[in-house]
Amino acid sequence: MTEPGALSPLQPAAFHILLALADGDRHGYAVIQEVEARTGGKVRLSAGTLYRSIQRLLEQGLIAEVKERPLPELDDERRRYYRITPLGIATARAEARRLAQLVDMARARGLAPGRA
Amino acid sequence: MMRLYRALLTVYPASFRRQYGAEMLGIFARRRREAAGPLAVVGLWAATLGEVLGNAAAVHWDLLRQDLRYTARGVRRAPGFAATVLLVVALGIGANTAAFTVTDFVLVRPLPFQEPERLVKLWESRPGYEWMEPSPANYRDWKRMSSAFESMGAFTGTSVNLVGHGDPVRLAGAEVTAEVLPLLGVRPLLGRFFTAAEDRPGSGGTVLLSYRLWQDELGGDAHALGRRVTLDGAPFVVIGVMPRDFHFPDTRARFWMPARLRDQDFLDRNDNWLEVVAKRKRGISLAAARAEMTVVAARLERQYPKEDARTGALVIGLREELSQQSRLLLLALSGAALCVLLIACANLAGLLLARALARRQELEVRAALGAGRERLLRQLLTESLVLAMLGGALGILVAGAAVPLLARLSPASLPIAQAPAIDLRVLLFAVLLTAATGIGFGLVPALRACREAGFAALREGGARGGGGRRERLRAALVMVEVTASVVLLISSGLLIRALWRLQATDPGFRAQGVLTLRTALPTPKYASTARRAAFYQHVLTGARALPGVQGAAYASFLPMVHSGGIFPVALEGQPLQREAATAASLRFVTPGYFAAMGIPLRRGREVNEADARERPAVAVVSDSFVRRYWPDQDPLGRHFQFAFGERTVVGVVGDVRVRGLDRSSEPQVYLPYLQVPDGALAYYAPRDLVVRSAASVEALLPPLRQIIREADPEQPVSEVRTLAAIVAEQTASRSLQLRVLGAFAAIAFLLAGIGIHGLLACAVSQRAREIGVRRALGAQSADILTMVLRSGVLTAAIGLVPGLALAYGAGRAMEALLAGVEPGDAPTFAAAAALCLLMTVSGSIVPALRALRVDPMTVVRTE
Repeated sequence: MTEPGALSPLQPAAFHILLALADGDRHGYAVIQEVEARTGGKVRLSAGTLYRSIQRLLEQGLIAEVKERPLPELDDERRRYYRITPLGIATARAEARRLAQLVDMARARGLAPGRA
Repeated sequence: MMRLYRALLTVYPASFRRQYGAEMLGIFARRRREAAGPLAVVGLWAATLGEVLGNAAAVHWDLLRQDLRYTARGVRRAPGFAATVLLVVALGIGANTAAFTVTDFVLVRPLPFQEPERLVKLWESRPGYEWMEPSPANYRDWKRMSSAFESMGAFTGTSVNLVGHGDPVRLAGAEVTAEVLPLLGVRPLLGRFFTAAEDRPGSGGTVLLSYRLWQDELGGDAHALGRRVTLDGAPFVVIGVMPRDFHFPDTRARFWMPARLRDQDFLDRNDNWLEVVAKRKRGISLAAARAEMTVVAARLERQYPKEDARTGALVIGLREELSQQSRLLLLALSGAALCVLLIACANLAGLLLARALARRQELEVRAALGAGRERLLRQLLTESLVLAMLGGALGILVAGAAVPLLARLSPASLPIAQAPAIDLRVLLFAVLLTAATGIGFGLVPALRACREAGFAALREGGARGGGGRRERLRAALVMVEVTASVVLLISSGLLIRALWRLQATDPGFRAQGVLTLRTALPTPKYASTARRAAFYQHVLTGARALPGVQGAAYASFLPMVHSGGIFPVALEGQPLQREAATAASLRFVTPGYFAAMGIPLRRGREVNEADARERPAVAVVSDSFVRRYWPDQDPLGRHFQFAFGERTVVGVVGDVRVRGLDRSSEPQVYLPYLQVPDGALAYYAPRDLVVRSAASVEALLPPLRQIIREADPEQPVSEVRTLAAIVAEQTASRSLQLRVLGAFAAIAFLLAGIGIHGLLACAVSQRAREIGVRRALGAQSADILTMVLRSGVLTAAIGLVPGLALAYGAGRAMEALLAGVEPGDAPTFAAAAALCLLMTVSGSIVPALRALRVDPMTVVRTE
């Protein structure tokens, strides 16, 4: 089994996708919308970037396709839904820790904005 | 709009498109709807275009990396397989590319002249001689009486002494009539060609330099035109320089001077020494030119019934002029290379078939787990291509190493430079053939496995479905390999026997312990016989006084170095007939020649210092001369007409292979050096020095050079060699060619051995269950061993039979090279069959032992 830290650092797009899936299964377009909403419209994933990242995340075992679908009336036939795996959660966590450490280091040198 | 986007998506890999294409279309449709106004649409397209191209490249790269990882993992898991494939591919591509490069270079590629296909050479044909140089008189008449040619010219090889800076040197070149260089269609780099006026007797000396001579002697001087060079003591004005890659008549030529044929050159219609080159008119075929020359020759024969009796005119394409032997050897080499490639491909096919069988289950599992067909196909394709490319790269290395070696096989007598570069077309052909084999045999069986997947997939035993047919195919491939390698082996074997036979041939002299060198004395400086005699005396006296020297002498030409000097012989009262039945070779020699060469004196005496000009003309003749004219009679004191005079036999010596070890030679006539007539036969004035020494012959050279410098400081020394080296050179190119052919045969045999081993190893592992059951039922080790060996030997035997038949055919085709060895030479065939058996057994031994190790209990338990 792959170690969570082994895939770090994650590509920004991959990290965004993991974050978007952290609170529930989503299909591709929903991931794009979620990322766009969370970043206040700053990050707008293109279809190619999204699915390329998804394919890689699937291969790495960080996400999985979901067999069971939401309610039929909400479901669009063409859509595949993705769910974050425990390895994906661990990896996202490891990535967040890595970023936090980076921010700490920057803050210690007075470079970071914010509360400190 | 959407159609455009759909088209754009095709740059993604098919597997990716199939997975995500529909959703990507959906997302694009939304974006399109959101875009308000034409400007936004343009912006969307620009962004989409960049995004799609970038991401598609990234996805392709991801897949490639993944496939390369699979490939690397496969190589790690079965390194023997990968190594074998690479070896097979590299050898096949390398050997083939190298051999075809050289063959194409020598036999096929047009000569570096303008419209080379229209260039021909013309030869006289006379009874007993296939090709003979035309006499100047016949050349002049051919030129006058024919209409098929745009231009016709004549040339003859020559060599001169050049006294420039440093040591005097001997240079080879050609005397050409004014027509020769223009008709080849190559412009001079500097200056101009000879004018017709410069080609007349009595006109001042002019010379064209080769690029190399221009560089060496004039330092590439851009103002070389008009400069004077001293050749054979006479001044010549440089009128031009030829381009670097111009070689004519062969690569040795360093200069060209006008032939300046004199009136007396045309007197004797039987004085054959010119070479004639011509350019056919456009629209006149080779056949038409030949037909016309046949008519011309017939008219000349009627006109000069005595001199031109049974004399024909041959028209031969310039490219076709290679000797039959060179041509045959190169073709044999190409055939061998093709055999190696064929065997390599058969072997590769066998290996891949076995692997596809072994990987069937793996592929089926992956297909069942949802990997699309496109994805598997892509992976397998990547794998095959990687192996083919690596093998190809190795093959280029092999070819790169082999071409210079093979280039030494190309005859020096061609007007082309001697170093062919690797032929890209041939390389490409070999790589494509290998790649096609790889894809054909690697991909197709795997694909079939994919298609069947899902149904039979995980069912135990499903993998054994098409096994029987595939195994038969593999066995057939191995048989082809055995056949081809047996043909190669026997062909090489026959040629080796021929080489041994040649090397064992007695040249007629003792070659060991003799140093030879050439001092070609130039005219007019040495036009008189007395002047030359003084030079010889000085050199020979000095040489004989050197420590260890047992004998020293001068002769016109050494045997095997120069095979010409053929003159007709007539007994008293008979007319001179220029044909093979009356020909003998002429050599002027100094006293001591036979002792220095180790040619046995059979009767009478050798030539001596008393055989001077005013004394009776005497001759020493060889055994075969006596056999031809006076069998069972005493030849001493007999007379015969030869080389413009009547000669009296004073001695008989052993025969010498003047024309070389593998050719029959005319009887020999030796004349005393003092009896060279002044102004005539100057070409035959002695020039080759032979010194026999009990001590090391190499140590002789410095003192000999000193002695020659004392005799004439302007006299160059050339062609320093040992007599043993001259004899060895007779078989050198042949033994080199043979080494190449032998290497091909060894490669082929190795590959066939690998093929047999692979076949049996696969069969044993597939039949492990059967073997285990047999053992459990009480079969002995010997039975199992016999079973495996029998199938190996049977396969080899079926391949062997057509191999023997084809090898006999190949032997017949190259009979001219076999020096009398029978094409069906029994020892060679027996040895090849034995080797084949040996190879089969050694190829079978490992699988057979593995079969013995099959444990009946494990096999039965897994069932």
